[in-house]
Amino acid sequence: MRLLTGNDLATGDVVWWSGQGWSRHVEDAVDVGASGEAILQAEEGARRVNVPYLIDATPTPDGPRPAHIKDRIRALGPTVRPDLTLKPADPLAGNWVI
Amino acid sequence: MYRYDEYDQSIVDARVDEFRDQVERRLSGQLTEDQFKPLRLMNGLYLQLHAYMLRVAVPYGTLDSRQMRMLAHIARTYDRGYGHFTTRQNIQFNWIKLADAPDILAELATVEMHAIQTSGNCIRNISADQYAGASADEVADPRPWAELIRQWSTFHPEFSYLPRKFKIAVIAAEEDRAAMRLHDIGIRLVAQDGGIGAQIYVGGGMGRTPMISHLIRDFVAADDLMSYLEACLRVYNRYGRRDNIYKARIKILLHEIGADEYRRQVEEEFVAVKQLGLDPPRAELERIAAMFAAPAFETGLSAHVERDDPDFAVWIDQNVRPHKAPGYAIVNVSLKPVGGIPGDASADQIDRLADLAQRYSFDELRVTHAQNIVLPHVRQRDLQDLWRALVEAGLAEPNLDLITDIIACPGLDYCSLANARSIPLAQKIATRFADRDRQRELGELKLKISGCINACGHHHAGHIGILGVDRKGTENYQLSLGGSGAEDVSLAKITGPGFDEDGVVDAIERVTDRYLAERKAGERFLDTYRRVGFAPFKEAIYG
Repeated sequence: MRLLTGNDLATGDVVWWSGQGWSRHVEDAVDVGASGEAILQAEEGARRVNVPYLIDATPTPDGPRPAHIKDRIRALGPTVRPDLTLKPADPLAGNWVI
Repeated sequence: MYRYDEYDQSIVDARVDEFRDQVERRLSGQLTEDQFKPLRLMNGLYLQLHAYMLRVAVPYGTLDSRQMRMLAHIARTYDRGYGHFTTRQNIQFNWIKLADAPDILAELATVEMHAIQTSGNCIRNISADQYAGASADEVADPRPWAELIRQWSTFHPEFSYLPRKFKIAVIAAEEDRAAMRLHDIGIRLVAQDGGIGAQIYVGGGMGRTPMISHLIRDFVAADDLMSYLEACLRVYNRYGRRDNIYKARIKILLHEIGADEYRRQVEEEFVAVKQLGLDPPRAELERIAAMFAAPAFETGLSAHVERDDPDFAVWIDQNVRPHKAPGYAIVNVSLKPVGGIPGDASADQIDRLADLAQRYSFDELRVTHAQNIVLPHVRQRDLQDLWRALVEAGLAEPNLDLITDIIACPGLDYCSLANARSIPLAQKIATRFADRDRQRELGELKLKISGCINACGHHHAGHIGILGVDRKGTENYQLSLGGSGAEDVSLAKITGPGFDEDGVVDAIERVTDRYLAERKAGERFLDTYRRVGFAPFKEAIYG
């Protein structure tokens, strides 16, 4: 599957295209298929997202899993600061990255 | 400490106003990211993996408590409660919101700080020996010279769009504590014929093509320094490779045309530049130097230090260095607790360090390129009280220059350029070697980790260096041996095939075991490596 991601213009937060808008949670990301480039152009043009790009991912029961470790770290947060990730209450969340 | 005059303050304030307008235009959609990116980078604002990152300049690594408290305030108010001290003696905040950036810069300006020259293809923040003004081995305090260079280079119209970034370091001692030979220009102040001048080294650097600088001039008189630097930059600006980002640093120019030809052109240019009257009057250097006058050191102090607490004694032996003034000492505060994140300090720790500097060190702090903090002027009789306070703050790790005093870049946990994580590896290595007796038995051993070829973690200069690479989507680590960023400068040599994270920790242990087996009395790791050569260590690593 293909995901569209970028950073929120104002906050810099990592965001994922959810079909209707942008979510901070990769679990909300949808497969953009062949329409990814068109969405990217429209959203960047509308200044709703910063430096958007398309990535490969694998669908899993828990949601999409980005193919590259860099995007998995983007999706969760720094592996060395679990308290600053999107899942601070889950001490094993970092295993998903590796 | 240097204090801004009306010109310094006005240009920093004007830059804040200008950037505020630029941010507003970006947020309102008047500027595209392509238009805005060079503007934000000129103000130290990067976009990293998780958020915007603001790199704040700490000129020549010197801070006072007022500035340090401001950094804590920014960490607490605008970030997530911590900052990361870097190998360029700066500090980075990892979780900045774009809309907050102008307010942060405005707050920094109130304490004579900014984020200018922390990005872009300009002359970057000037770095210097962290023991400046405190160490007995210096011929002069390098900071007034660094400040003069800062003033010359800030917004220099001819050098704001160089072929590539440009880093300058200034030292004034034989011992090189600032990796001077691995800078685009390295300056060593030397005494000659009763005056102070500068040895000029050019063309050093790390990155994907590491090179050690060449001595271009063995003495430039103080009154000629700005003209000579201007000539060095002009030749680079004229011939530096703008067609290929990977060949655009000055080290490549020197490599391609040779040091002798570069020197010839610089000398020719210098003759022309000198006629322009760029060099400030001697009184200007003296005006600046007066602001760095030595504190009012007490005399007649006892040098006796009670070493009854064994933990205190270990800390003294490892983290405290001699001071030029009798009865005083230089204190190194390690930001490398075993299992911690190299260079990170919480807002509370930053505040505490400000308190301690005010109380014990004439209100001065230094940031080191090894990502530690220095309190440069501490009375020896205060060392035990200071140590107790550092213990309470979690800042008393006695590991300066030992294997757990690891330089590590932010790596793939934060950096958009990184290929592999650096910090978790640093934590694993430090944990493996956590035993203090074992660390001290190994002695001076500088281990440096970079998460990509850009080498922010100085792995080329590590006695043991580690480079993280991306091997088909998996983190892999190349080991190298024999580097040094000190006065015995050398570049580390790659050992062979890389390892996964656990594998490289095991490999390091095999290296240190071989060192202990091979070393002669008094030898550091680097001495033994240089004596016995690469082969025994390679054999130990790969069998």
